[in-house]
Amino acid sequence: MQLIQWIQKPWPWWIAGPLIGLMVPLLLILGNKTFGISSSLRHICAACFPANISFFRYDWKKEAWNLFFAAGIIAGGFIAAGLLSDHAPVAVDPVLKTSLQSYGIENFNGLVPADLFNWKNLFTLKGFLLMIVGGFMVGFGTRYAGGCTSGHSIMGLSNLQWPSLVATCCFMAGGFVVANLFIPLILHL
Amino acid sequence: MNTQEQNIIRHQRYLEENTDFETRSLDAVCVNESELSHPWWYNLKYLAAGIWFGILLVKAEVISWFRIQEMFRLQSFHMYGVIGTAVLTGILSVWLIKKLKLKTIHGEPILLPSKKFSKGQVYGGLLFGFGWALTGACPGPLFAQIGSGSTVVIVTLLSAIAGTWVYGLTRNKLPH
Repeated sequence: MQLIQWIQKPWPWWIAGPLIGLMVPLLLILGNKTFGISSSLRHICAACFPANISFFRYDWKKEAWNLFFAAGIIAGGFIAAGLLSDHAPVAVDPVLKTSLQSYGIENFNGLVPADLFNWKNLFTLKGFLLMIVGGFMVGFGTRYAGGCTSGHSIMGLSNLQWPSLVATCCFMAGGFVVANLFIPLILHL
Repeated sequence: MNTQEQNIIRHQRYLEENTDFETRSLDAVCVNESELSHPWWYNLKYLAAGIWFGILLVKAEVISWFRIQEMFRLQSFHMYGVIGTAVLTGILSVWLIKKLKLKTIHGEPILLPSKKFSKGQVYGGLLFGFGWALTGACPGPLFAQIGSGSTVVIVTLLSAIAGTWVYGLTRNKLPH
């Protein structure tokens, strides 16, 4: 029973990190697939709204594995949150917690803050910036960069590709600017 | 010339004749072309791999908006630990695969495409960084957040798909 209790707690980085890294050889050995997720967004465009744009005119079915992988992540999220969780509030750094509380964020029960990411907030400026504008930048930016955290930061760096290091540094730089300078302004709205 | 090298040359010729691959591999690190064709249910193994990865993302708290803020505010080592050890494990695995000339379970040689530099990695990288801090999620975690019950993230995902689409539309006008 102790093992189950342990699994239900959040996993420490020194367990979870190497397991995530092992996705790289797993996909290569299963079928020569390079680990990456953001391409699935492009395959969805190619499958659903190609609109005669040359960037989306290719046989997306050849990349269907990536869509199966993405669908699996949804199911995995469901299983982990439902069955493999102790439903305890998430541990948040005390400095961050105090700072967030000063903006009226009181719910620390889930990994996604329910006070910010909810259907009602979608129609406020705050929610619009966090969810719609943020999401758009994730989709546009990852494709423009040619990959996301998995494709560049994990797969690309594992294969010692220096362009992936450039991309990773830019991901981090962009995040530092927004999290420190803009998030406080947005939360203030 | 050994068989591995012959295989690679033959495969490159196959790729050159295959014009669809040219479009598909644009701005992507995550493309590989197989000469084998399989029935669709062979893809179920990737569904299983995705389920495992989704569980990892949740249990590692990588999908947590709070964790992402802590990372960018240098308030916690957790995310650096996760990404750092993931990369080290990946580097070691790729090195071993090349060293041992491992093949896939279907017997194909494992090929790793190299990545060309483009300005997109800077401009697009920064843009993605902005979005990562706002949403607290990269594309993988978006899917996992939806699965874990945050239904509103479906809208964020749709917006990300729209972003990818607009990139495709404006691609020729952007600096690369």
